[in-house]
Amino acid sequence: MFDFKIVTSWIDNLLRVDLGLDNFWTLAIEFILVGVALLAAYALIALVLIYAERKICAFFQCRIGPDRVGKWGLIQVIADMIKILTKEIIPIKRSEKLLFFLAPFFVIIGSFLTFGALPFAKGLHAIDFNIGVLYILAVSSLGVIGIVLAGWSSNNKYSLIGAMRAGAQLISYEISAGLALMTMVVLAGSMQLSTIVESQADGWFIFKGGIFALVAFVIYLIAGHAETNRGPFDLPESESELTAGYHTEYSGIMFGFYYVAEYTNLFIISAIATTMFLGGWMPLHIPGLDGFNQVMDYIPSAVWFFGKCAFCIFLALWVRWSYPRLRIDQLLKLEWKILMPISLINIAAVAVAVTI
Amino acid sequence: MKSLINYFKSLFEGIWNLLLGLKISMTNLLRKKVTEKYPENRKTKKQFERFRAQLTMPHNDKNEHKCIACGICEMNCPNGTIQVISRMEADPETGRNKKVLDKYIYDIGTCIYCNQCVSTCPQDAIAWSQDFEQAVFDRDRLYMQLNNPNSKVIEKPKPAPAPKAAETANN
Repeated sequence: MFDFKIVTSWIDNLLRVDLGLDNFWTLAIEFILVGVALLAAYALIALVLIYAERKICAFFQCRIGPDRVGKWGLIQVIADMIKILTKEIIPIKRSEKLLFFLAPFFVIIGSFLTFGALPFAKGLHAIDFNIGVLYILAVSSLGVIGIVLAGWSSNNKYSLIGAMRAGAQLISYEISAGLALMTMVVLAGSMQLSTIVESQADGWFIFKGGIFALVAFVIYLIAGHAETNRGPFDLPESESELTAGYHTEYSGIMFGFYYVAEYTNLFIISAIATTMFLGGWMPLHIPGLDGFNQVMDYIPSAVWFFGKCAFCIFLALWVRWSYPRLRIDQLLKLEWKILMPISLINIAAVAVAVTI
Repeated sequence: MKSLINYFKSLFEGIWNLLLGLKISMTNLLRKKVTEKYPENRKTKKQFERFRAQLTMPHNDKNEHKCIACGICEMNCPNGTIQVISRMEADPETGRNKKVLDKYIYDIGTCIYCNQCVSTCPQDAIAWSQDFEQAVFDRDRLYMQLNNPNSKVIEKPKPAPAPKAAETANN
C-alpha cells in the first residue's frame, strides 16, 4: 500500500538537505504548505458535499436536482460559490460590530483545526497527538462559540433563539458523542488516532466490538448529526420558525462561511466515525483469508477513507430527509433520558468485557 | 418497575418506527424520478388525459361540429369567457327557423379552467385539449374562435318513430 510518508519526507529532505535551510525555516515552510493543503481540502470537500447534498436530497424527493449548469449540473456549485463571493456584506446597524464580524471565523476555525488531526490516508496525517480523540472532541465543539456569538451580536430575536438552541443542543449531545468515542478508546487502549487505526488492521472495531461497537456507532452518529445542527436536529436554523436562526443577518461571504462550515462539520463527523468505528484508512481485512486481504491492500488507503466517509455522509443525508424536525423538549429528552443512559451502560459493559 | 418496562417498550417501538421511516425514504430514493426535462422533451411530452389546457371544439373530417348553439356553456361560465354568437336559419326541409352557430368566441385570458362549460354541454361539443404551450406575444391572440370557418353542425338522423311509440307507452 502506498505510504504518503514517502512524499512528506521527500519534501522535508528537499528543504533541509538540497536547499540547506535551517530548522526554523524548514518548519515554517512546512507549516504553510500543510495549512494551504488543508485549506484547499477544506474548500474542495465543502464544494463536493454541497453538490452531493443537493443531488441526493433531490433523489430522495424523486427529483433530479441541479442538471442545467454543466454536465449533470457539476458546475452549479462553483457558480453558486462565485455568486456568494461577489455578494455584498451588509453591516447591520445596531449590531455588535466586532463580534458580528468575528463570529464566522470562530465557526471556520473550529472545524478547520480538526482537519489537522484527521488521518486521511496512510502517512497523510498532519499532526498525530497522543490525545488525538480528546483534541478532536474539544476542537470540533469550538464552533458553537461562533454560533452563540453570531446570535448574540446580530441583535435579532430569531438569531438569539437559534443560538441558544444551538448551545443547549451542543452541550447536551457532546456528552453522548464523547462517551461513544470513549467506548472505542477503551477497546483500542489508546487515544492516539494512528494507534487506533493500526489496531483495526485485523478487523474494524464495528466488527470486533460486537454489539457494543454497534450501539456506540449509532449513538455517535445521532449525537454527531445533532452537533452539526443538521438532519432532524436543525432547530438552531429551523427555517420555518426562525427564518434562518443564528445566521439570519449574515450575507455574502460571511454567510458562505457558515454554509461551508456546516458541510465540513458533516464531513468531520463522518471522518471521526470512520476513524473510530470503521477502521479509518485501513482496508477491509478478514483474518484467515490472506488472498482476499492482499487484494484489498491494492486499493489505496485514501480511497478507503473517503469511501467510508461517503457512506457515513450518505447515512446522514438519509436520516436528514427522512425525519421531521424535533421539538426542543423532545431533543433534550432524547439526549438525557435515552442516549446518555444507554451510552453510560455501554461504556461500563465494554470496560468489564475488556478487563475480563 | 412498570415505568421501566414502559421506557424500554417505547424505546424499541421508537427505534422500529424510525427504521420504518428510513425504509420509506429509501423506496422514494429508488423510485423513478418525476422531473420533466421540459424544453428537451417537448416533442415527446404528453400531458395526462384530464389536463385542462384550453377549450376546443372537436370537428370531424367533414368540418362538422356538434354545437347546437344552445348557449348553456355561456350561461354557466362564471367569468364570461365564452360568447356564443348564433343566427337564425330556416331549415330547408321543414321550413322552420333553427338556431345555427355563427361564432364560438373563447377568451383564454379570463378562463379559470373550472370545467363547467364542458360538464354542462348537452351535446359534448366542446372538450379540453392537452396542448399546454399557450404563451403568445399579443393579447388579441388570447381571443379564439373555436369553430372552424364554414363549419356546420352534424345533422342528426331524424328521430325514428319507434322511440316516440315507447314514449307514449310510458305516458
